Formats: sequence, structure tokens, C-alpha cells
Amino acid sequence: MDIHNSNNPSGDSASISADGPYFREEHQMFRDQLRRFVDEEIKPNAEAWEEDGLTPRSVLRRMGELGFLGIRYSEAYGGSAMDTVASAILAEELGKSTFGGFAITVLVHTDMASPHLHNFGTEAQLQRWMPDLIAGRKICAVAVTEPDAGSDVAAIRTHAKRDGDDFVLNGTKMFITNGVHADLYFVAAKTDSTVKGTRGISIFAVEKGTPGFSVGRALKKQGWLSSDTAELIFDDCRVPVANLIGAENRGFYSIMRNFQNERLVLGAQCIGESQAAIALTLDWVTQRKAFGAPLWEKQAIRQRLAMLSARVEAARQLVYHSAWLDAQGRDCVKEVSMVKALCGELVNDVMYDCQQFHGGMGYLRESAIERMVRDARVQSIGGGATEVMLEEIAKRMGK
Amino acid sequence: MRVLVPVKRVIDYNVKIRVKPDGSGVDMANVKMSMNPFDEIAIEEAVRLKEKGQITEVIAVSVGPAQAQETIRTALAIGADRGILVTQEGAEPLAVAKLLKALVEKEGAELVILGKQAIDDDSNQTGQMLAALLGWGQATFASKVELGDGKITVTREVDGGLETDELKLPAIVTTDLRLNEPRYASLPNIMKAKKKQLDTVSAADLGVDATPRLKTLKVVEPPKRGAGVKVASVQELVDKLKNEAKVI
Repeated sequence: MDIHNSNNPSGDSASISADGPYFREEHQMFRDQLRRFVDEEIKPNAEAWEEDGLTPRSVLRRMGELGFLGIRYSEAYGGSAMDTVASAILAEELGKSTFGGFAITVLVHTDMASPHLHNFGTEAQLQRWMPDLIAGRKICAVAVTEPDAGSDVAAIRTHAKRDGDDFVLNGTKMFITNGVHADLYFVAAKTDSTVKGTRGISIFAVEKGTPGFSVGRALKKQGWLSSDTAELIFDDCRVPVANLIGAENRGFYSIMRNFQNERLVLGAQCIGESQAAIALTLDWVTQRKAFGAPLWEKQAIRQRLAMLSARVEAARQLVYHSAWLDAQGRDCVKEVSMVKALCGELVNDVMYDCQQFHGGMGYLRESAIERMVRDARVQSIGGGATEVMLEEIAKRMGK
Repeated sequence: MRVLVPVKRVIDYNVKIRVKPDGSGVDMANVKMSMNPFDEIAIEEAVRLKEKGQITEVIAVSVGPAQAQETIRTALAIGADRGILVTQEGAEPLAVAKLLKALVEKEGAELVILGKQAIDDDSNQTGQMLAALLGWGQATFASKVELGDGKITVTREVDGGLETDELKLPAIVTTDLRLNEPRYASLPNIMKAKKKQLDTVSAADLGVDATPRLKTLKVVEPPKRGAGVKVASVQELVDKLKNEAKVI
């Protein structure tokens, strides 16, 4: 199965959209449907999900029915065999919902957890889980991070010891998105502690309800409130060998590969969030009057919004360029690291100014921008902190 | 039975439109385009009739530039069976009606479901003109459609109630907003739509002269809404309505 479908921006000109060289007709149609879904099904309802601390399962199932959860997966399991550009479109449009918690619930499922199975699962494993994941009947999470190991994956301490036809897992995972309510978890554990950290990690599919596996506690966060985040505990948790995803001791490399996709979609999500914030702020400053005229009449305000909008547009082009490189099967670690570093910081710059221009209203819990400020903060931390990303870029600058 | 559904590519309903500084029309540069919402309702209705097994084929037709193919593809993703693009830019309602007549005859369609109007020019003429050209019965602004044996029953929302019309087939129906709620096109159906047949013909191929007959003199922005005023009494209100607004 190849997730890299042909996507030739300079080829068949008839099928290229006016919106840019990376988009084909089906990309635009997909974007239109997503946008309508977000406008009609998410925006009017998600306030309550923030209160509840999770996105309802019925919403994810509906997205599954519409094929939104199986963008790049094989048609044999209910997917649509589209490309990386389509995944970026998903993330951008979900980002525009203004509810980061909802967006991340979906994106962890589609682009951070399930790719482990898609990329490295055996035929039997794919048949067992993929149809349910694509249809939204089962939701998944990825459990790599630990209290003492985040971006430094090699330092994880959770371990799995072979015992007959099982592996026995012990350890604790931290900050796991979808952690409370997922059905299936892709868990990283050390299977060989005699070698370097990068060489002895494996990935296991662990189902909810497996004895010895429990959710420690739901974590309270600054933002992303409509997303559930948990601490996970593995205490002599027995997992059959059949649940080993990919080759034993090769997990570090599959995690690194999946990080690329994760970082790309996070960047695209940041762009969607930034665009939505600028649009909301534009509405506000053209209506709100101060000193006898709308705020928009102040050059200081409109010029700052103009520059932010230029920066967002430039970053958006890098996101889609990187998605396109990936769709071509080209190496784009440097570009994706740039996307993550740039967009994670940019979205925070955008939110700071947008909240500033909302004045006192932007400090109230009832304003969307207040939530968006809180949601944006994690974008420069999670999925590869800015500092880590900058080192990845620096390494590839050819000193 | 074959059903023809025309779909028009218009500026997306979410876009804040701007009039060009020279007043020659609306600024269309880099503006998002979508299917006319009333036409989406028409496609949805036709697809539902097909799903009920009452008709055999839904043909989506667009009269417009090459990019209108995208609009037809959307109709195919909702469930139309095939599409026809008539490459003709800026066609006026009468020209569109003539082109549709030619296609109805060519394809042997017995029912045409159209949006009652397009949200760009709000003409609300094409369906009626097509009915006249074909000499078929018409039921406009449908809020409910029931297909029977050789006839179609259409409910229309009129002032003060509902009017129910029964028409002999073949017939023309135009859709109101409340006829149905169009479905989402699922991603698998979007991908399947790529493989459906989409033919292109020109006005000349259909033997229709689509030359514009109307001349646009000037396009202007609607007047800006002024600030409201509070009145102290009914008397003052009546006075203002009479002497200032001159509406009573």
C-alpha cells in the first residue's frame, strides 16, 4: 500500500485548481465538504464539548461515515487513497473551527496514531482494526511520551518483556491525547534495554480493557478542553505477540517517520487557526469604535493585521509545499521541521495580537479568541517543541 | 426515466462581494466559487428519486466556463450519474433555457428539476422559460415533490398556506429552499465522481445562438445602511414615516 499518490502540480493543467498548484479538483471538493461540516456540525455545538472535556463519539462516527477519517488509507478498508495534501486540508479546515480540542481529537486519530498501523501493520492487523478506525467506530491514541521523555523518545522507560506468546508491559505514559476515551492505543515500549535507546523500542497495539492497562487520571490543561488527555498506566499488562506493530526493536524509526506527518498536520492546523483568528479580529475591529471611528481606521492596527496575514499566507505556502513534497515521496524532514517551528510560533504571535485588538472582550471566556489563545499555546510545545525543530533544521543547513 | 438537473457555478454564498470600481460588474478575481445552493437542493431531490427507484438516471448539466466542470463533479459526488458541460460563458436565462431544451430533446429527459433562481443574478427565469419553450407544465418553488405514475405532485409554499399542484409528465419543477437538506458528499463519493462520465458540448453543437441580448449599464453597491434613531412617541414615528421616509 502506498500512501504517496501521484500529485503533479505542473502536469495536467485542466485539473489544477485556481487556488494553487497543489490542489486538484477533488481537494477543493473535499475542502468544501469539510468547511460545511465544520460550520454546521462543529461551531454551533463545540462550546458544550469544551465543558464536557471531550468531543462526542457520535461526531467522530459521523466524520467516519463521510470518509473524513480515512483520507489516505486503502479503499479496501473504506479509505479514499488520497494524498498528504488532503491531510493538510483536513487539518487546516479543522483548525478553522476555532476549537483546537476538537481538531486535535480528530487529528491524533487520523494522522498521529492510526498511521502506525497503516504504515507498519501486517495484513491481518490491518484487517482487524483498519475498517473500524476509518469508520470512526473505534478511536485510537498514540502513547510514546512519558513523564521523563518527550521529544527525546530514546529515553522512554516503559518496557515490554517477552513471556511465551505475550509481551508484558510495565510503565507510565503521559500527556496522551484521546487517552481517556480511545479504544485502541499504539504504545511505545523498550524491548531491548541492552542496546542504545534508539535501537530497542517496539510498538504495540493495546486495546482498552486489556488487564493491567488503566487510565491513571484525566489531565487538566490550559487549552484544548474538548480533547481528553490522560496519564496511562501499564502494570504487568499482557499483550499478545500478534499485537506487535512493525518489526521488533525498530519502533524508534517508525515513531520518527510518523512524527513527520504529525508535525505537518499540526502546522496546517496552526494555519487554519491563524486564518480564523484574523477573520474574527477583522470583523471585530471594523465594527468596534474607539475615539469616534472603527479600530480599523487606526493604521497601527490594520497594518499589524496586514503583516500577520502576509506571514500566515507565506507559512501556508510552506505547509502545502511540504505536503506536496511528501506526496511525491521526497525527503522533507527539513521542510517539515521548518513548518512545525514556524507555524507553532506564528499561531501564538497571531493570537497575541488578535486578543490585543479584541480589547477587554478578548479576555472574556465567552469570546472565541480567548479560547483560541489558550489552544494555540501548546502548538509550539507539543509534537516537537520549537527548540527541537530548530535543531533539526540547523543539522540540515549543511555547515 | 431520465431527469436533467442544471447546476450553476456562482460566487460562494459566504463571499462578501465587491463591485468593480468602474461599475461594469462584480469583482470575480480570486473569488471562491460554488454550486448555486438552490441547484444543490435540485440535485439532492433528483438523487433521492433515483434512490427510491422512481427514476433511472440523473444528468447534471452546467452552462458556463471550463471551471464549471468542478460544479458538475460536485453534483456527481452527491449522486448524479453523469454530467454535461455546455461551454458558454455569460449565458443569459433565455439562452440557458434554449440550451437546456436542446439537451432535454437530445437526452430524452422527461423531468427537469432546477433551482428556482441563482444567487448571483437572482433572475428566477430559466425554469419558466424552459417550460414555455418545451410546452411542458411547470411547478415552481417546490417544497415537496412526489413522483407518481405519469404525473408529479408538487407542494408549493404560497402566501397563507400550501398549494398542491398535480402535473402530467413531462414537466418542469423548480426548487425552494425548504424542499430538502442536501447531503454531504462523502470523500469516497468525491473520488468515485472522478470516474463518472462528463461530456462537453458547445452552444453551436446544440444549434443554439447564445449571444447576449441584454446590456448591463451600471452595477452599484447597495446603499449603506444608516444609523437608526429612537423616537419618543408613536406620533413622532408616524410623522417620520410620513414626511421623512415617505412610506405611508
